Amino acid sequence: MEIRIMKGIMDANGEIATQNRTYFAERNITVINVLASPGAGKTTLIMAICNYLKDKRKVYVVEGDIASSIDAEKLDQMGVSVVQINTGGGCHLDANMLREAMKVLNPEDGSIVLIENVGNLVCPAAFDLGDSKRLLIASVPEGHDKPYKYISMFSYADAVVLSKVDLLPYIDFDMDNFEAGVKALVPDVPIFKLSCKTGEGLDEFFDWLK
Amino acid sequence: MHEYSVSKQIVKMADTEAQAAGGKKILEIRIAVGDLSTFVDESIQMYFELFSAGTLAQGAKLVFRRIPAEFFCKTCGKNFVKPKTGFDCPTCGSQGSPTEIGKEFFIESLEVED
Repeated sequence: MEIRIMKGIMDANGEIATQNRTYFAERNITVINVLASPGAGKTTLIMAICNYLKDKRKVYVVEGDIASSIDAEKLDQMGVSVVQINTGGGCHLDANMLREAMKVLNPEDGSIVLIENVGNLVCPAAFDLGDSKRLLIASVPEGHDKPYKYISMFSYADAVVLSKVDLLPYIDFDMDNFEAGVKALVPDVPIFKLSCKTGEGLDEFFDWLK
Repeated sequence: MHEYSVSKQIVKMADTEAQAAGGKKILEIRIAVGDLSTFVDESIQMYFELFSAGTLAQGAKLVFRRIPAEFFCKTCGKNFVKPKTGFDCPTCGSQGSPTEIGKEFFIESLEVED
């Protein structure tokens, strides 16, 4: 016999994500899911955000990594409240992992939670966490073709950071092609071109955080 | 490799639904997968065999219905199937934008032994 199902396979994760979203909304907590490939500069930008916000708003960081606590230790040394999630080989964070992390962090009302997702431009796109905003970082050395290859990830972005722009003179990076690709997928998304090394473009980006 | 966790979920969903319907064994699971969903059929198949052992879904055949990604062309005012490379409309050449078609990932139906 045939049984008609017509149910989304991601629905179970989606339900927890919705609960997370309600939890954050009730506490007026902003949650930014930071997505990028390994080495794009997620931790560096998160550290810059923490520095910028230190006298303005309480900030918490959820560090997702396949293994190690290298990034979490860096943030801990800065005095940031951080929780490390080691996925043990898993290529993404899911809504349940974020829920568990919140039990540990117990963020105060009105704070901001930055999630450093696992470095990967494919898998994290499929798992809604219940965040408020998705920030995608692409770095200049990765090349301008990334929006054309990682369609799903770019499609869900609320803001795109192009990092390491200080390297533009040394790399064949077609800016028009990159921007056209991003705009095709998410027409109204802001693109922040910045360098954490030189500080270029950071002020405009911090304005977006407000 | 995020197919690892979704395969687990497919087994769980199919097993629950088949039991609720009083089925003895799941023969086939039909899954709709959009080309932009980021999931790979062969990878789901591999993990499925691992997770289905000892459940009603053990030995079931997975049938994937791939749904091509459709982009919308503003200039022509209609959808087109995304070409292999880029987002350009095959009619007018202007860049299209993604639609919901191609993002699907759901179980359509099961075939079970009564």
